[in-house]
Amino acid sequence: MNRGEALLLEVGAFSRRLVTRVGRASLFLGAVLRRSQMPFARPRLLLREIYTAGVLTLSIVVVSGGFVGLVLGLQGYDTLQRFGSETALGSVVALSLLRELGPVIAALLFASRAGSAMTAEIGLMKATEQLDAMEVMAVDPIARVIAPKFWGGVLVMPLLAAVFSAVGVLGGWFIGVVVIGVDEGTFWSQMQGAVSWEEDVAGGVIKSAVFGVVVTWIALYQGWSCRPTAEGVSQAITRTVVLGALAVLAADFVLTAFMFIGV
Amino acid sequence: MPDQLVVEVKGAVAGYGEEAVLKGIDCTVRSGEVVALMGGSGSGKTTLLRLLTGQLPLREGEVTVFGERIAGAKRETIQRLRRRLGMLFQQGALFTDLTVFENVAWPLREHTRLPERIVRDLVWLKLEAVGLRGAASLYPAELSGGMARRVALARAIALDPELLLFDEPFAGLDPISLATVGLLIRRLNDALGAASVVVTHDVQESLAIVDYVYVILAGRIVAAGRPEEIRASDDPFVRQFVRGEVDGPAPFHYPAPPLTRTLLEERA
Amino acid sequence: MANSRFDLWVGLFVVVGVAALFFLAFQVSGAASARVTGETIQVVAYFDNIGGLKVKAPVKSAGVLVGRVTAIRLDPSTYRAEVTMAISRAVPFPKDTSAAILTAGLLGEQYVGLEAGAESEMLQDGDRIAVTQSAVVLEKLVGQFLVQRSAE
Ligand SMILES: Nc1ncnc2c1ncn2[C@@H]1O[C@H](COP(=O)(O)OP(=O)(O)OP(=O)(O)O)[C@@H](O)[C@H]1O
Ligand SMILES: [Mg+2]
Repeated sequence: MNRGEALLLEVGAFSRRLVTRVGRASLFLGAVLRRSQMPFARPRLLLREIYTAGVLTLSIVVVSGGFVGLVLGLQGYDTLQRFGSETALGSVVALSLLRELGPVIAALLFASRAGSAMTAEIGLMKATEQLDAMEVMAVDPIARVIAPKFWGGVLVMPLLAAVFSAVGVLGGWFIGVVVIGVDEGTFWSQMQGAVSWEEDVAGGVIKSAVFGVVVTWIALYQGWSCRPTAEGVSQAITRTVVLGALAVLAADFVLTAFMFIGV
Repeated sequence: MPDQLVVEVKGAVAGYGEEAVLKGIDCTVRSGEVVALMGGSGSGKTTLLRLLTGQLPLREGEVTVFGERIAGAKRETIQRLRRRLGMLFQQGALFTDLTVFENVAWPLREHTRLPERIVRDLVWLKLEAVGLRGAASLYPAELSGGMARRVALARAIALDPELLLFDEPFAGLDPISLATVGLLIRRLNDALGAASVVVTHDVQESLAIVDYVYVILAGRIVAAGRPEEIRASDDPFVRQFVRGEVDGPAPFHYPAPPLTRTLLEERA
Repeated sequence: MANSRFDLWVGLFVVVGVAALFFLAFQVSGAASARVTGETIQVVAYFDNIGGLKVKAPVKSAGVLVGRVTAIRLDPSTYRAEVTMAISRAVPFPKDTSAAILTAGLLGEQYVGLEAGAESEMLQDGDRIAVTQSAVVLEKLVGQFLVQRSAE
């Protein structure tokens, strides 16, 4: 067998694995959606997941949002003042945060903080037969464990992205208005003139909701399908973070092309 | 309703991959009985239990529990049958983020709408039955293996099941805990009027408490009988197993090509 | 006890998240200040050139927001731009009010500026503003300037 053939075989085997995995993951998502009554019938289950996915992620989102806003303020001012349009600082900061940085960075933080925790918890429950035990006790683990986590993640993500953007705007305001001395009124009115409610704010919320679905789905599926050993769980966690980040960036490209550019 | 058929397995063939692990199993369990399922590691004992709980699809044959087919049945049927059985997992499978008390309360909270006061009373009764009322506020990580086993037992009997399945309840226990758990199984079975299946390697301990024994080897039942019949058996494999001898019909090796061939292939 | 602690934190989280959304909607995008409150009338104006004017651009008088551009189309008979605006009923404008397309700052967004006239009759719903001044196109200005220079 020559090199070319070997390469083709490799590509073939890879594609087959990829298709199988995507297929299985889609069936899994379908099952989760079909068995989603429990988190809404028993809101306490949902509250617990909002707590672990949202409340525990909030602090790093606030801190990161603040720093990103400060940096945007400095960089934006440095670039804009070359063209004499420092007054546009507000709109530059707000648009970058609302359209891209807020949803994307918040989703990356969410994948590494909340997503990895979801994978770890489910993987360990699987490795220690807790999921099997539930099943034998006539309780469906998808409805009882997975579905609440899924909806918790999906509901929490847009709020985290909004907090990130809001704190970021305040960071930009601090650098622009307080430190550099751009006129306060101009800063806000320029921003309000440039930012549209339907396109930029709502668009960002839609983006972050999609990211929430994608990251939570990946995290839950990795935990659910991992090999039930210590090594298997740790590999699944790594995959959640890596695949989650890649999926967010790829989804961002597609969404941006559709929503803002209108391909 | 004594002597009622609780479990009936006929010609069951099942497995995970290409080759079947169970190659045609027949066995029955009646109410009031404690039945032991013995056999070496990897002989398919856990696999058989997974058939009884409907966790594994059946390839051939028939598995009925409480007179209804469970393997391959509809979800609702399986769930309904599962509510009537309790299972003790090989590793305990306690919920690690809940206390001992909450672990035992879990099935009650999921399946009943009993008021909190009654749930608490029931949990205390179950914990008293396994002698661990004092450990109620501990987490599973703070328990010894034997204690965890007993908590899992309390959780398995929380809903007063009619069929109890035990996967190696004696593994890794000191002689005293072992005798305790053995006695508990017999007493709980009789108190609940249930039927029990005990998977075990521990020949002497189980022969002392059970009513009937099935010996399984490589996916087939090779011997069955009352404990005294098993002790007196002159079947070479049963004698090897009961006396714990290395040499005999039961292979020590997992199926493999001859060693010389493996070594030669390594060289090539 | 443990439950109420969850509730408290989750409640706080939701409040913070929703507050952030409100902040983005009203302070950052100016959805509130952008809305022309109350009843409006529709008026049209024709321009030779609207430059970069867009639908939803503000309509201001003396710098105060009084309305929004609601539609822009090309009149097929005259080839002039027909701009429809919704302006607040609260401040009636005289019939001879003039409209101009102005730019906020050198490179800012474009808006319609209204300059009130002197007549006693007021603009009604569906009326047309007769006197208009088109957008200043920067390239044209620069071109004119260069031509003048070279002529001197
Ligand atoms: N989830 C699984 N996937 C694939 N093969 C499995 C799986 N579980 C068990 N097996 C295989 O099935 C065979 C029987 O396993 P089983 O767990 O039933 O043995 P056992 O009798 O319970 O052994 P032990 O006493 O060691 O628990 C083994 O050869 C094992 O390799
Ligand atoms: Mg086993």
